[in-house]
Amino acid sequence: MTAAAEGSPPLRMTRARRNALLQSEPVQGLALISPTFIYALILLVLPILVVIAHSFWTQHYLTIDRTFTLENYRVALTEPIYRDLLWRSLYISLTVSLLTVLLAYPIAYFISFHGGRHKSLWLFLITIPFWTSYLLRVMSWKVILGYNGVLNSGLMGLGIIDEPSTALLYNSSAVIITLTHAWAAFAILPIFVSLEKVDRTLVEAATDLGDGPLRSFLRVTLPLSAPGVISAALIVMIPTVGDYVTPKLVGGKDGVMIANAIQAQFGKASNWPLGAALSVTTMLIVTLMAGATVLIIRAVQRLAR
Amino acid sequence: MPEQQQRSMIEIKNVTRSYGAFKALDDASLTIREGEFFSLLGPSGCGKTTLLRMIAGFDNPTSGSISVGGQPMEGIPANRRPTNMVFQSYAIFPHLNVEQNVAYGLKRLKLQGGEEKRRVEEALAQVSLTGLGKRLATELSGGQRQRVALARALVMRPKVLLLDEPLSALDKKLREQMQVELRRLQQAVGITFVLVTHDQYEALAMSDRIAVMFGGRIAQVASPKEIYQRPVTRQVADFLGGMNFVKAQIVEESGASLVVDTLGFGRIKTDKPKAFVRNGGGATLGIRPERLRVLWDNATAKFEVAGKVVERHYFGEITHLIVEIPGLEKPLSVTETNDFGADDIPVGTSIRLAYDPEALVAMAD
Repeated sequence: MTAAAEGSPPLRMTRARRNALLQSEPVQGLALISPTFIYALILLVLPILVVIAHSFWTQHYLTIDRTFTLENYRVALTEPIYRDLLWRSLYISLTVSLLTVLLAYPIAYFISFHGGRHKSLWLFLITIPFWTSYLLRVMSWKVILGYNGVLNSGLMGLGIIDEPSTALLYNSSAVIITLTHAWAAFAILPIFVSLEKVDRTLVEAATDLGDGPLRSFLRVTLPLSAPGVISAALIVMIPTVGDYVTPKLVGGKDGVMIANAIQAQFGKASNWPLGAALSVTTMLIVTLMAGATVLIIRAVQRLAR
Repeated sequence: MPEQQQRSMIEIKNVTRSYGAFKALDDASLTIREGEFFSLLGPSGCGKTTLLRMIAGFDNPTSGSISVGGQPMEGIPANRRPTNMVFQSYAIFPHLNVEQNVAYGLKRLKLQGGEEKRRVEEALAQVSLTGLGKRLATELSGGQRQRVALARALVMRPKVLLLDEPLSALDKKLREQMQVELRRLQQAVGITFVLVTHDQYEALAMSDRIAVMFGGRIAQVASPKEIYQRPVTRQVADFLGGMNFVKAQIVEESGASLVVDTLGFGRIKTDKPKAFVRNGGGATLGIRPERLRVLWDNATAKFEVAGKVVERHYFGEITHLIVEIPGLEKPLSVTETNDFGADDIPVGTSIRLAYDPEALVAMAD
């Protein structure tokens, strides 16, 4: 009896404390994200750790030598072929994100400012291309850009060119065109959201203070929608650096990107450590580039004031 | 000043604004004088904001014309009008600090030799914000944002400053303080102010003249005192505070005056309002609750009515008494200050009320 009596108050206290702990906001938040978090941990962080580990090892035909070496990074950074592929990937992804943002902004602006009652209809229409597989969309660009493709026949029909141009397909321009089209919706949506948040009376106030439509856009609407532009640029840039399918299908010899090389190392060449080193290098460069983009856009935004 | 006030600044002639079949503004004509504090007063949806936005250039009349400073405004976009606006939401640019907000409109003028900085500082001083120039808009209180909006418009030295319900977002105390400050500021800078408000006390306290609007039409344009004391219609009277309405029979009607018989107040001679339309032999008279005074003990007055207190409402400095008068269909509402003990009059007491026949005004229904 006494033992139970003595034992129960601390027990009740811990239970109360545990309940309080379970009901606290941080704990509930963690509980909410933990399934996703564990999933991501197992399927994202662990593979990345495996890749990072491999990048410091060496492949000897069928076995892997686990002594620490930086040789793979030396190859990745100094071999001309990998350097060229990396540069080309960066160039393509930067060009694609720039073009996508430039093309997406007017569309997002139109929907947000002139969409009227049909805003959701417009947004719905933009998602229509996603009803088909990405492969099909890339293939249709092949049909458009190909030797006997829509574009060539059209241009020939109009008498602008005499024979089909081979400059349209199987080069980096084809990759850029295809990727720009494929990622347009991902750029339109964040820009649209940030434009929706721009208080329309601010534009009126700018007009009232003497600004014409272009000036008020440059001084008020554009700086206030910069967060959307930044996220659009990043959303497009980060995945396109490592895109593998598009260069494979429409890139030809001149459109090969770093991801194709990485795939080759993990596949045919069977040199996992070099593939891993290339992956890690690409990841680091993309991180730096994303950071630089944010900083540059912020600086431009500050200058524009 | 009086000489200056004769010159007109804004001419609004037969302005109508329709949205399909709905007329937001219906044949409104109005002259606003140079250097005056003019208020557009009315309930929401009466067209006052529409009119203000048309003066600013954010909206265009369906028909009719607006001119500012003698210059017709038709075809002139908002950014080239000699007006500036203080928005209801203040519309402070969130990506700019206070100084940059105030200098926003000046940037385009490319002022030389520190003139921009001087004007910004002068404007900030006018609204008592000196020293807060580097604050971000997000770090300001409601009252401060309001001042920034004011400085940003004043720094442009407009011919007309338009204010769209500028005080509605402030709490009561700050609002009353800003009313005084706005009025003082307007007299200091001498710019024509046009204020849109639905708050009758705000309009009465600040304006030189008020236009009362209902359903897209201007009901009356007059000084605050005249609007309050001699409303031309029942609607205007009602909107500007409590009013006891008394039914009357017309005995005699001449050019400018009316003689009427009332049940409670006897025979009254009163000015005939401009908008008065004779509707059979009946008329409506009105008397403000504070123009009825309780007669204590044996005090007498030349004009008095007797009745019984049926309700008493205490409001701190004043008490509202509802007094039933034999013969009147509705009991009278009486406002009495509490210095003589009106708050202690028990319900059911028989009392006598003194009034001045001049305070009974005839109005159109």
